[in-house]
Amino acid sequence: MTTLLPETDRGGGPGAHEEAFDAAIAADERIEPRDWMPDAYRATLVRQIAQHAHSEIIGMQPEANWITRAPSLRRKAILMAKVQDEAGHGLYLYSAAETLGASRDELLDKLHSGRQKYSSIFNYPTLTWADVGAIGWLVDGAAITNQVPLCRCSYGPYARAMVRVCKEESFHQRQGYELLLALSRGTEAQHAMAQDAVDRWWWPSLMMFGPPDDASKHSAQSMAWKIKRHSNDELRQRFVDICVPQAESLGLTLPDPELRWNEERGHYDFGPIDWSEFHEVLRGNGPCNEQRLDRRRRAHEEGAWVREAAAAYARKHGEQDGDGRTAA
Amino acid sequence: MTTSEWPLWEVFVRSRRGLSHTHAGSLHAPDAEMALRNARDLYTRRSEGVSIWVVPSSAVTASSPDEKDPFFEPAADKPYRHPTFYEVPEGVRHL
Repeated sequence: MTTLLPETDRGGGPGAHEEAFDAAIAADERIEPRDWMPDAYRATLVRQIAQHAHSEIIGMQPEANWITRAPSLRRKAILMAKVQDEAGHGLYLYSAAETLGASRDELLDKLHSGRQKYSSIFNYPTLTWADVGAIGWLVDGAAITNQVPLCRCSYGPYARAMVRVCKEESFHQRQGYELLLALSRGTEAQHAMAQDAVDRWWWPSLMMFGPPDDASKHSAQSMAWKIKRHSNDELRQRFVDICVPQAESLGLTLPDPELRWNEERGHYDFGPIDWSEFHEVLRGNGPCNEQRLDRRRRAHEEGAWVREAAAAYARKHGEQDGDGRTAA
Repeated sequence: MTTSEWPLWEVFVRSRRGLSHTHAGSLHAPDAEMALRNARDLYTRRSEGVSIWVVPSSAVTASSPDEKDPFFEPAADKPYRHPTFYEVPEGVRHL
């Protein structure tokens, strides 16, 4: 993620550069920060990467909710590492957005004021310990299905951030699966708790892939720019196909009576998704929208004195010692 | 004072001894020491490195992508700098 700021006015005008941009996309080459790019391409990427970054840091909340109540030291250490990873993913992605000329403060400000979104999935509550498992298996599983193709996204810094994120996500998914398996094979009450969590997280996880292709307003252009490599419905189907046998191995069921193998298509058929719920949550009426944003704003405000103190220390230190430091 | 007033740093990580440092990414930090600590937490959580450099992004001078062709052109017409340019008679070995 080279963060040298893009040169917005280098003369020549778009006409002279557009051809080079189109040729690079056609040849499956990566676009790098200081290359000329259409304004709409830049804006689309900032919107998508920012939303992605916001999702990572808001996503810390539902799981952090269980750190103090993890059932063993092993589970606690794992959960802390996972939540720390989510913070890291947010930082990789904010850096990638900054290579497009967005500022960190501006991005956080837009999150805090609700002008930029984060993934709706994090507006659902984590009611039991089993939810930590369901999030790892289903939510991170859906995220991986979405993110693996992003490793080949046409914008270099985003693609490189995603490579790093995907490597780390597979630990997240496995720990969730293992956690659910332990519960599923545990007492009757534990098994029921695991089943309940899967029942609640299944449909919201399918919604993570976004609206159906015919209702997705950004999809076609993003695919043409090779930001997106597969359509929402294609990825959703891939996810369902992966999950069904995994659920069987867990000894848990998925809450969809219409779920069955379709020999002809070579895929699992699944029931209709309640998009009215998706849009309600997106509009801010999910169970936890307000709580998540309040918590985020408060954390930012309450951390202000730390940021100020560090900056004051750096200023003072810089005055005394000068800036010179050797890198060796 | 806000985060954006913290300067941006480029992070280079040596993944193991014998390899050079490579660019890993960037981060904001108030000073070099904090940049190093943040880089450790951000880029080496899984033992990805044995050494880290942090460099203020403002200290990097880069070639312009617009000059790509003219800037690198001098190398393009000198194939004789590559060993494959030369014909070697059959049977000659260790050359």
